[in-house]
Amino acid sequence: MSTEATTTPTTTTTTHGRIGDSALRPDGTLKVTGEFAYASDLWHDEMVWGVTLRSPHPHARIRRIDITDALTVPGVTAVLTADDVPGENAFGLEHADQPVLASEFVRYEGEPVALVAADHPETARRAAKRIQVDYEVLPAVTDARRAMDPDAPAVHRPGNLVRHLKLRRGEQSPAAPVVVSLDFEVGMQDQAFLGPESGLAVPAEDGGVDLYVATQWLHVDQRQICLALGMPPEKVRLVLAGVGGAFGGREDLSVHVHACLLALRTGKPVKMSYGREESFYGHVHRHPAYLTYEFGAERDGRLVYGRTSVVLDGGAYASSTAAVVGNAGTLGLGPYRFPSVSVDVYGVFTNNPPCGAMRGFGCVQAAFAHEALMDELADAVGIDRVAIRQLNGMREGDLNITGQVIDSAAPVGELLQIVADLPLPPPSDPSDIRALPGAVGNTTHGEGVVRGVGYAVTYKNVGFSEGFDDYATARVRLEMTGGEAVATVHTASAEVGQGLITVEQQICRTELGVERVVVHPKDTSVGSGGSTSASRQTYMTGGAVKAACEAVRTAVLDRAAGVLGRPAGELRLDGEKIAGASGEVLTGLAEVLGDDAVEETVEWRHRPTHAIDPETGQGDAHVQFAFSAHRAVVDVDVELGLVKVVALDTAQDVGKAINPDAVVGQIHGGSAQGMGLALMEEIVVTDGHVRNPSFTDYLIPTILDMPPMQVKVLEYADPHAPYGVRGVGEPPTISSGPAVAAAVRAATGRALRRVPIRPEHITGT
Amino acid sequence: MRVTTTVNGTEHEVDDVWEGESLLYVLRERMGLPGAKNACEQGECGSCTVYLDGEPVCACLVAAGQANGREVTTVEGLAHGGELHPVQEAFVECGAVQCGFCTPGLVVAAHDLLARVPRPSDLEIREALAGNLCRCTGYEKILDAVRLAADRQAAR
Repeated sequence: MSTEATTTPTTTTTTHGRIGDSALRPDGTLKVTGEFAYASDLWHDEMVWGVTLRSPHPHARIRRIDITDALTVPGVTAVLTADDVPGENAFGLEHADQPVLASEFVRYEGEPVALVAADHPETARRAAKRIQVDYEVLPAVTDARRAMDPDAPAVHRPGNLVRHLKLRRGEQSPAAPVVVSLDFEVGMQDQAFLGPESGLAVPAEDGGVDLYVATQWLHVDQRQICLALGMPPEKVRLVLAGVGGAFGGREDLSVHVHACLLALRTGKPVKMSYGREESFYGHVHRHPAYLTYEFGAERDGRLVYGRTSVVLDGGAYASSTAAVVGNAGTLGLGPYRFPSVSVDVYGVFTNNPPCGAMRGFGCVQAAFAHEALMDELADAVGIDRVAIRQLNGMREGDLNITGQVIDSAAPVGELLQIVADLPLPPPSDPSDIRALPGAVGNTTHGEGVVRGVGYAVTYKNVGFSEGFDDYATARVRLEMTGGEAVATVHTASAEVGQGLITVEQQICRTELGVERVVVHPKDTSVGSGGSTSASRQTYMTGGAVKAACEAVRTAVLDRAAGVLGRPAGELRLDGEKIAGASGEVLTGLAEVLGDDAVEETVEWRHRPTHAIDPETGQGDAHVQFAFSAHRAVVDVDVELGLVKVVALDTAQDVGKAINPDAVVGQIHGGSAQGMGLALMEEIVVTDGHVRNPSFTDYLIPTILDMPPMQVKVLEYADPHAPYGVRGVGEPPTISSGPAVAAAVRAATGRALRRVPIRPEHITGT
Repeated sequence: MRVTTTVNGTEHEVDDVWEGESLLYVLRERMGLPGAKNACEQGECGSCTVYLDGEPVCACLVAAGQANGREVTTVEGLAHGGELHPVQEAFVECGAVQCGFCTPGLVVAAHDLLARVPRPSDLEIREALAGNLCRCTGYEKILDAVRLAADRQAAR
């Protein structure tokens, strides 16, 4: 297609900042002026709009679909059903168990059933309503705790168990003088990224398709799209369009195959962009969890054993449930030393919305339980809540519950001490109601308001675990352009807002000594960068870019050695100069390169991880661990159940802050999401139906809900990681929520064994 | 129907607008101005905030026909002659932008706040920006940016 289109995100260049500097985002100016091209901004002058018809039922058999009426709507160019999927009608991150379009059954409310393309989105929506689907409604299983009952309806054959993780370590009938236990429940959280699922599929002359889409991992999308279209990868090319946040919610496919199907059928570019309501149905959520925890301890508070049983509601399709189970099991007791352990985690199918990845990935749910129970234990043995954690906290060299050695810094005690020592906020000023719970709702002038303080600490795996072949690819080119050395870095690793493109530039500047670094648009013309998830990209793509730069530097010095007649080992690349061993300038990069470019592509892996033993759960499952602690201070109107978070302070070990400001930004934002789950965020699902698919009814923290934060960053380098980095993005989301919940418990004296905590839980009414 | 609106000082005339279209849709899909964002299209997130005759509004809640004959300023209209407005500059420098999807709306809302209240307190900033959702930043650096922009405007 040669017509005018706004489809390719702008290539971004900046010239300042090496590792350790707070370099500015190269896309910042485009984003503040409104010029940055997000997926929903894409446009093509011949494009039509695609919309999705979704199931109104959590579980039903499709008897018949009649599209005749929809096809008669003027402006409609295509109506597609399962019969129109040319390849395998199945996709899925780990198991291809989800139909592209439902054929025989629908298994959750909102499951895609048919597609319409039309010249206007409203035309397409109206036509979709004229598709007649004859459903036979079936009994639905909507309580995850009942999903494995023998008489529960089967969501899939052979049954509703996705994964059972069994972990046994140490004495299996342990006795302890002090025993505490609790049941905890975590509601369904949504990623609520602001940029809705969107993409533009453009049919190509070779019979293939080019897809511009917001996603977290282009190559895993490509693999699934190829399967459904029955096309080889060279015919299905993906380009990352501007991504408006992700947080795990873009790991699974949304518009991808649908837009391609419509484009290939109509021969026209097809834009799809969900509204907010559809977005709530269009991506997976955080697993609701039902957790039973028991800790045994000596009278001095030292842990003797931990015993847990957890059920995670995976919803109707597998998505990444098995891996979430892996985390909830292997990391589910928190960053503490346990001599003996018994853990059972079950991920199950239900007819609820599918659940999968969200920031914190299985550790978030577990942390609410283990941190609440640590507070119980502190009270039971009569010691301080910080001290109980420090007494039992992991240290470098300890074994975790899978028997893996923690072989780099594990500063649990220090992180807690830092947050405990930070100044506390002054008492609230009742003369200014804006600072009180309820604020300008004018619900209190200070009466009934009680302050509480809570602590939590966590650890999280970084990168993909349990033997996954986790790698990233980077291509780096160095050339002279206009008399200046320019590096171009090309990866397929998704920038979703976190700042990977800034990090890529900083690494190139550091390794090659150039100032000008161009970030090539992210696409599938270079090898996979792996997923932008699991807090892994600075480590993984950062490692790949570093390695590619090193390869470029070696190649340049080999050339220079030939030109100069000296061994390459005596030379070094110093900006645009080639210098000798004692730093003397021998020649210029321009002289060595001429009009040539040196380009190297490297596939880079972290050290291998291993599957855990199916009976004992033992094994070196993880690459790296990241630790964080939070202290929350809340004011609670105990009469009305309203909570004002007054302070949310945190300390985190990041190994090495490649970009200190961006690190703090991740910690701020991650903390806000954890706080949201503690106090307000829940997709309410009743009998399989989502009750609140809107930002009117699904609340995320506003600027009024967020308190000022004190953030302390430690940099204990991990010797196994490039530059010593440790993943940053997820730990804050794990430890902030439990700290907030603990603070509300401290203020109210109530047990509060469910999050989000609602006003009626506080008032008991 | 035909809609004629002055956007960022330039008159735009668009035909065949369906009566149900919002100002946001017309700006984004018919006038080539996608700066105002479509995060919720329910009036909850503020990412589509634009000025309509000088008043900040959610463009998703304004019917296109209501903008006929009126003046609209979008985020694309705040920088002049290639020079960023101090609010925009401060958002970039303070790290108030991550994914950036909320940014156009927040920039317009902060621009409006500083035009009304040149030196706002933190509580005033929070009240003024309470209608703008951000999912990435936790708002701390947004507060930093508004404070910095206020300082810079005061110094001018």
